[in-house]
Amino acid sequence: MPLIERQGKVEKQLYFEDVEVGSEVTPLAKVATTQMLVRWAGASGDFNPLHYDETFATSQGVGSPIVHGALKRAWLGQLMTNWIGGQGFLKKFSCQYRGMDYPRKMKTMTEPEEGETWWCKGTVTKKYVDGDQHIVECDIWVENGQGEKTTPGNATVILPSRA
Amino acid sequence: MTQGPALTDEVRAMIGATSEPDILEVERGAIRRYADAIEDPNPLFRDVEHARNSRYGEIICPPGFFGWPVKRSGRMGLTAKVREALAKAGYPRLLDGGVEYECFLPIRAGDTLTAYSKIADITEREGKTGKMTFTITETTYVNQNGDLVVKARGTMICR
Repeated sequence: MPLIERQGKVEKQLYFEDVEVGSEVTPLAKVATTQMLVRWAGASGDFNPLHYDETFATSQGVGSPIVHGALKRAWLGQLMTNWIGGQGFLKKFSCQYRGMDYPRKMKTMTEPEEGETWWCKGTVTKKYVDGDQHIVECDIWVENGQGEKTTPGNATVILPSRA
Repeated sequence: MTQGPALTDEVRAMIGATSEPDILEVERGAIRRYADAIEDPNPLFRDVEHARNSRYGEIICPPGFFGWPVKRSGRMGLTAKVREALAKAGYPRLLDGGVEYECFLPIRAGDTLTAYSKIADITEREGKTGKMTFTITETTYVNQNGDLVVKARGTMICR
């Protein structure tokens, strides 16, 4: 299953004591391709032609088909669920689709052309205990190949504690 | 002042409108297709054996996935009406602005969710390329036990 092997393994369990304000969320690399957009459309049920039809995308003023905002949101979900591990719980999660992203075209049936790689990243902004819950807040975002944050957001997670 | 379209009474009247509930079935296969589409190998979303031994006892949904609608008339129907009214008011182009989730319980394969949507607000603002409108849709997802699982707040931009 090359699809699975291309991305890293899910990390071992993260604990509340492991993170401090300023800690980095383990970054996640992503490559949007026209093929991924088709798969996303089918899996999510978003069939807006803005994401696969050149003529329609042009008529909507975005130039050519753009990456679904919700796909970038799903990447950010993966960023967080990878980081917090099986014992963590993603409590709140938001993002804004600020900048357009354009997928790589396919070179072969399975391989994309050379081009942009996106990075999902985050930093811890706050950690506190509320009742029996150990809570960590993060700024999260998707960065395009030029290092611009096209999809900024926030996440709040509940982590297990060693205490 | 930039001249541009303004919110019509028809648009304003949509604020507070609620949808028919959507019913969504959460199937293992739909969860796996979703995880495959984003290339997420997390076994919690695809490995039944691993999931059985996890704290969840069953495959769960990745954040932002709510299964597949049995019928899709509710929220989509509601936002379609708003879009139509906004198009008539001079805002024909649609963009997804973003979303905010608050999660209360995990969503497991085998769950059936009921989703209730409401148009919480419609506002207009001057953007770089002229006036834009922001429609906020609030959706509440409840599982088959009547428990609240997720609250979502989506922003639809029409310009």
